[in-house]
Order: sequence, then structure tokens, then C-alpha cells
Amino acid sequence: MKSAVVVFPGSNRERDMVAAIEKIGGSRPAVVWHGEHDLPKVDLIVIPGGFSYGDYLRSGAIAAREPIMDAIRREAERGVAVLGVCNGFQILCEAGLLPGVLMRNAGLKFICKEVKLRVETTDSAFTARYEKGAVIRSPVAHGDGNYRADDETLARLKAEDRIAFRYVGNPNGSIDDIAGILSEKRNVLGMMPHPENLIEPLNGGLDGRPLFESLLAA
Amino acid sequence: MKARVTVTLKNGVLDPQGKAIEGALGSLGFAGVASVRQGKVFDIEVAETDAGKAKAELEAMAAKLLANTVIENYRVEILS
Repeated sequence: MKSAVVVFPGSNRERDMVAAIEKIGGSRPAVVWHGEHDLPKVDLIVIPGGFSYGDYLRSGAIAAREPIMDAIRREAERGVAVLGVCNGFQILCEAGLLPGVLMRNAGLKFICKEVKLRVETTDSAFTARYEKGAVIRSPVAHGDGNYRADDETLARLKAEDRIAFRYVGNPNGSIDDIAGILSEKRNVLGMMPHPENLIEPLNGGLDGRPLFESLLAA
Repeated sequence: MKARVTVTLKNGVLDPQGKAIEGALGSLGFAGVASVRQGKVFDIEVAETDAGKAKAELEAMAAKLLANTVIENYRVEILS
């Protein structure tokens, strides 16, 4: 599988993401700079974590209006898998590829710790290798992870089985304990936790691995 | 032409920062603060000299970037 990791000024988790994809998938992703207008032909596009544009205006707001986002939108419409982690999730929401928004954590603190997530659906190229209802470990590191959506959007997400992960023990006030959601066509996943940081024994666990295995096998 | 765009949170959207400020005002001894909602103000100068056109352009800026209309409202004022 071919993949690309998109880097914005202020991204800082791209190296972990590249390493995870390379270790699990066997080939190194292309690293694409934000000013590009086109993407190489790939099967997976990843927007990694960080603090693009210093979180100025709103987290992900400036990055979401960059030229590369039009290319990502085009590829997503073609059905290419798009994964946004942490700041990547914020960018996907700001760009309108996913509904809702990520606001300041309810407790106002930056949270950097390990949390537990429940896998809510296995019906996606991201979660197929998990078991439905499985509780997995994952690190989080964010200040703006408090997911919000209006009642109508939330009802749709639930009805269409688009909530991919929920927190077990909500760390940030997210509505309905939401940690990650899928797009309507199920090929875009945004999540605040960092599965790329739990992929080998040296990380202290392997719970993030099935996500990449699902994708890379797809 | 000078303009001001004010962005505020929609009613019902939880504002943890506003809540923290509200608490801090209380601890400074300002009694009777019923609530605080935090927003943003953008002072923008545009080349356009027609107030109507400038306002339309600023409305577009607000809708496309300055505000996230999922959670925020905006107001455009032409100042001079």
C-alpha cells in the first residue's frame, strides 16, 4: 500500500506516524508539504498531530484552508482512506471533511496521558482488525479535544454507526464520550488519541497496531 | 476602509474559558457577575471603498475563516 503523510508548519508527530506506517506496512510513506497542490497517487493519506500554525485562530483552522486540503478533499471523494490524528482530526473538522468541531478541553488543562477507548464499530478500513466493543489503550496529548456537534449531527453519527471510538473515562468533556468519528462514506477517520504511539513492545503496548494493520491490509 | 468583525460563541455552546474567567472575576471580589462568554475581535482594513461591497467581502471572510459557524456567530461593522 502506498501512503502519504501531510506536514504543516507546526506539525510535530509526523515522524512517529511515518515510523508506524513503515514498520507495519513495510514501505515508507511520502511526506508531503502543505503548500503542494497535488498528492502522489496513494491509498492512504494521513494528517498527523501537532500544533499547525501554533493553533492560531482555532486549532486546525489555518491548515484547513491550505492548498493541499483541496487535493485531500478530492482524494477523499474518490474513496481514498484519510486518517487525521489529534491536530489532524481538528484540521479535518475545520475543513468540513468531518462534521463538528474540537473545542478547549472542559477542564482547560492540556492532557497528556494514556486513556482507554472502546472500539464502537468494526465497519471501516481503519477498525476492521479490532473486535467490536474491545477496550484498548491509547495515549492522548491535546488541549482542544472536546468534541462538539449539534444534536442533529450527533443523532446522525449514531444512527449511521459513525462513532469509531469512545473514551472509557472521558478526559476532555467530549459530547457522548466521542474520541473518533468516520465520514459518511466511512473512508475518513478523525481521532484525538494517538494509535501510532502504541505499536511495538518498546512503546509499552500494541493496541494501536490493528488500526494500521486494517488499513494496510485493505 | 476599517472594519471590525466580532466572533462570539453561539448560545448553548459550552465555554470553559468564559467559565474560568467568570470564576476569576468572582475571586477578585467582583460580586454579581452572572456569566462571562469569551469571543474574538478582528480589526481589518480593506482596500474596498464602497461600504456595501466591503461589508459583503468581510461577511465572506467571517464565514469562510474567522468564525467556525458550527459553534460561533459573527457580526461585521464598518468603522470608517
